[in-house]
Amino acid sequence: MNQASEFFTVGEAVADAKAPAGPIAERWEQRRFSGRLVNPSNRRKLRVIVVGTGLAGASAAATLGELGYRVSNYCFQDSPRRAHSIAAQGGINAAKNYRNDGDSVHRLFYDTVKGGDFRSRESNVHRLAEVSTEIIDQCVAQGVPFAREYGGLLDNRSFGGAQVSRTFYARGQTGQQLLLGAYQALERQVGAGAVELHTRHEMLELVVVEGKARGIVVRDMVTGDISTEMADAVVLATGGYGNVFFLSTNAKGCNVTASWRAHRQGAYFANPCYTQIHPTCIPQSGEHQSKLTLMSESLRNDGRVWVPKERGDDREPADIPEADRDYYLERRYPAFGNLVPRDIASRAAKAVCDEGRGVGPGGLGVYLDFADAIGRLGEPAVKAKYGNLFDMYERITGENPYERPMRIYPAVHYTMGGLWVDYDLSSNIPGLFVTGEANFSDHGANRLGASALMQGLSDGYFVLPNTISDYLADGPFEPVPDTHEEVVAARKAVDERIAFFLGNDGDRTVDSFHRELGKIMWEYCGMERSEEGLTKAIGLVRDLKDEFWKRVKVTGKAEELNQQLEKAGRVADFFELAELMCIDALHRTESCGGHFRAESQTDDGEAKRDDENFSYVAAWEYATEAPVLHREALEFEYVKPTQRSYK
Amino acid sequence: MQPRKAAPPKPQSRLRSSIGLKIVMAVSGILLVGFIIAHMAGNLHVFEGREEMNAYAHGLRTFGEPLLPHESLLWVMRIGLIAAVAAHIWSAIVLTHRAIHARPVRYASKKPAKGESRHAVATMRWGAVVIVLFVIWHLLDLTWRTVNPVKDVPDAYGAVVATFDPSRWPVTVFYLLALVALGFHLRHGVWSAVQTIAGPNTAWRGRTQAIALGLAVIVVAGFAIVPLAVTFGLVS
Amino acid sequence: MKFSLRIWRQPSADAEGRMVTYVLDDISEDASFLEMLDVLNEQLIAEGEDPVAFDHDCREGICGACSLVIDGQPHGPQAATTTCQLHMRKFKDGDLIDIEPWRAGAFPVVRDLVVDRTAFDRIIQAGGYISAPTGTAPEAHSVPVPKQDADAAFTAAACIGCGACVAACPNGSGMLFMAAKVAHLGLMPQGQPERHTRVLGMVAEHDASGFGGCTNAGECSAACPKEIGLDVIGQLNRDFRKAAVRAA
Repeated sequence: MNQASEFFTVGEAVADAKAPAGPIAERWEQRRFSGRLVNPSNRRKLRVIVVGTGLAGASAAATLGELGYRVSNYCFQDSPRRAHSIAAQGGINAAKNYRNDGDSVHRLFYDTVKGGDFRSRESNVHRLAEVSTEIIDQCVAQGVPFAREYGGLLDNRSFGGAQVSRTFYARGQTGQQLLLGAYQALERQVGAGAVELHTRHEMLELVVVEGKARGIVVRDMVTGDISTEMADAVVLATGGYGNVFFLSTNAKGCNVTASWRAHRQGAYFANPCYTQIHPTCIPQSGEHQSKLTLMSESLRNDGRVWVPKERGDDREPADIPEADRDYYLERRYPAFGNLVPRDIASRAAKAVCDEGRGVGPGGLGVYLDFADAIGRLGEPAVKAKYGNLFDMYERITGENPYERPMRIYPAVHYTMGGLWVDYDLSSNIPGLFVTGEANFSDHGANRLGASALMQGLSDGYFVLPNTISDYLADGPFEPVPDTHEEVVAARKAVDERIAFFLGNDGDRTVDSFHRELGKIMWEYCGMERSEEGLTKAIGLVRDLKDEFWKRVKVTGKAEELNQQLEKAGRVADFFELAELMCIDALHRTESCGGHFRAESQTDDGEAKRDDENFSYVAAWEYATEAPVLHREALEFEYVKPTQRSYK
Repeated sequence: MQPRKAAPPKPQSRLRSSIGLKIVMAVSGILLVGFIIAHMAGNLHVFEGREEMNAYAHGLRTFGEPLLPHESLLWVMRIGLIAAVAAHIWSAIVLTHRAIHARPVRYASKKPAKGESRHAVATMRWGAVVIVLFVIWHLLDLTWRTVNPVKDVPDAYGAVVATFDPSRWPVTVFYLLALVALGFHLRHGVWSAVQTIAGPNTAWRGRTQAIALGLAVIVVAGFAIVPLAVTFGLVS
Repeated sequence: MKFSLRIWRQPSADAEGRMVTYVLDDISEDASFLEMLDVLNEQLIAEGEDPVAFDHDCREGICGACSLVIDGQPHGPQAATTTCQLHMRKFKDGDLIDIEPWRAGAFPVVRDLVVDRTAFDRIIQAGGYISAPTGTAPEAHSVPVPKQDADAAFTAAACIGCGACVAACPNGSGMLFMAAKVAHLGLMPQGQPERHTRVLGMVAEHDASGFGGCTNAGECSAACPKEIGLDVIGQLNRDFRKAAVRAA
């Protein structure tokens, strides 16, 4: 036990009861066979609520609709097509081995387990690798315009330092094209009457009746109407929680509310501290900054990262001679150089900026220099490869990256943690399923590039529709009347919270709190965490939370489109999540993947895991006093844990 | 649910769909362009003198005789023209009506047009009104001779010379103004018709626009040369 | 930088709206247009007024949520740029900037600068897809797609569904949006079986939603942040003509 134990209690261990045993390559097939099915004619009697319309939500809703279930799909955006999956740039991995370069399901499985720094489940990851090939087939059949070669076959590229070319892509807009494929499949079901779509609707509470998830409370964001929607099962596909940092590459609307309300109703939240920080983002330009923009990782293939050797060297980059430059990634990691994994590149950038050698406003930035590449390949070749990214950089910063090195800085990008689910993607609340980034299951402590799209679609198209039938086979469940005490209580909680916000006599805006919360999290629970910092952060978060509930000011009415009210509810939940993230980070005294503890590093400053004490999933149960930790032990039969090295 | 905000779709024939109407407009427009070019070429007979011009006019009336009845060609053309004009105007009115309903509230801020055919909407719709007014005048003037000093129908040459007499300069000015409107109408209309029917790619769209512009210039010049020649005394 | 803003304020769909003038000072030239509005909203809340409602989400030019007509131009003065990627350095200190919602009968105003674009979703429901239920797909390489077709399909598929084309069109037409989808799917071999029913269904829904017709003015393409060309409308017209003839 460590210092953190004052902040939580320990409960019983938790196990994944649905995971089959036996040879890993046969487990998914075995589970599909052992799971019970629902007769096609009975499916129309079963109603499933799907919250979220990103890759995981739209694909699940469309597929469940095709299977004949009655599906109700909700999203807070004005159209399902705007879910944040749309912004994914790089690509999607699949073990097709089209390049004959030695790829296989097993290798993708191996790379993903290793990339996750041995903090994910082998069974889940293997299933993901198996299903990856079907995803590509499915998307091609839908008309997704993947990049192709002159022969008409699909093109692949190597991504994120992988040694094989297994990434399928559609220029820099792979997420957009995959999401539009899922969106179109979804709209087809809407047109056919199989799926009811509710846009501009936000889930504000989960309804649990007699231990089962039976519905949600939603607010119509246009009229302000609060309604309770009941079903036989609820699927959350509500994305990640990176916006707890205020500044992240996530869309402004991304929030944790759906997951957090489920957590407060009893669903375990697993590994909340696992956050991915992406090294190549455009730095913050000032206090007005509302979000950070990711520049594709592919830029590191040709760009060289450097800072001045001397601190406080404020000469123009072109005036700094080679001798006064520190190409610190090439210096520290001669084998991988500028292509080290995301977490390592991010930490290295933070380290040089902490030394006072950062560039740009506030000294929070490093140069990504294309002068060599332009010299070697010529400007037209660089333009052909990266032209759209350079244009985007110029639009945002007003600087021309052909003449002046880009400035980049790490930013929060993805959250590996999420609601705890078993092999069937069921949370510990029967009837509550969680897919995509909202669950914790496949990426361990660090997600590899081009794996998020794979997981979202794997869950939505192939895993959930197969596993949910085992649960629904017991249905249809007894109808729950609107007057049921749990339903009334859930509604009441929502009404009261809204009434509180609108009635509070406050003087500070929601955004001002969110911004301040983000700064605390970035400072103490960001790229590098320490016991001292996290302990301090917990105190700061709690104080700020108290102040939030006293001083928050929300204008307008409940019965109208009220964007401040929407934000207030989301930020309130971020406060509670932030505290849990800090507690989780504090309790995990090892470094692993995206979680770097200053106390746990090798002599040369690299992350050091502690497999003996921390080879487990931390599944947190909500409790009013202090969260309860349930450990799920991780076993590695096929990939033996080793220390990552990129020297 | 995403409730439909507008009325449910009315069963609509494909012809009355927005693309169907556009095709009607394009096809009728092309027929009219063909007529305009033939008409322009016919006008140039005026430079051959009174005899030739009147013989051409007479030839149009007696074409095909005695096998066909008197004025057969003209009646076929008249019916065709009336049908084309009716279809053209009908589709224009329906589409304009829909366009007005498609933007019930206008922008407060005026924007500079930056599309491929700048100000096309204004020149097409207002230009069309000018052209219609002109055609009515033109029929009264040179076909029925209601407002023309020369009432003798077979004397087409005389009628032309009389109507563009320098003393009647406003007639010439109106004629030229209508030609400018026609020119703008053709410049957008011709390429627009090709775009609607053939749907050229970017390269061919540019060429089509150039051809449309050239055609518009030729038609305007070919028509304008007659009244100008009369007014300035080159033909008398 | 200092700006005067004239912004369309309309409390709800049924309420009357009007342009209201606000003055903002101390705006960084590095702020994006939406960040400038964030600052305005913080100021309005501090003064106890209702902040300006506007749609936005990703703020990196891909989700298609942002939808402001700035000085009469959808997404503002910079070509190939969504509102969220437009930065204040593109304006002059002291400028008067007009901000209005998309104006179209098919996109009714919900509040202030927020409009309802579900008509676009309905057009997709009416045929903007390839019917490929999950699990039925053949091996991906069984159908090669010529690279030039795949590239052209991608160019059309880059549409973000923001609706700037409708906002810019003098006729309030949704043709460019619809044509981009018809072109994308029609260029892929997978899209051939439904090619004709797709275009007929989508056009019928487009018209029923109250969008105007196309007069080839080209304003849509000039306003499109993804620079989708008029070629796609040409293809839409061709496909419609063939489909209509075949169905007749």
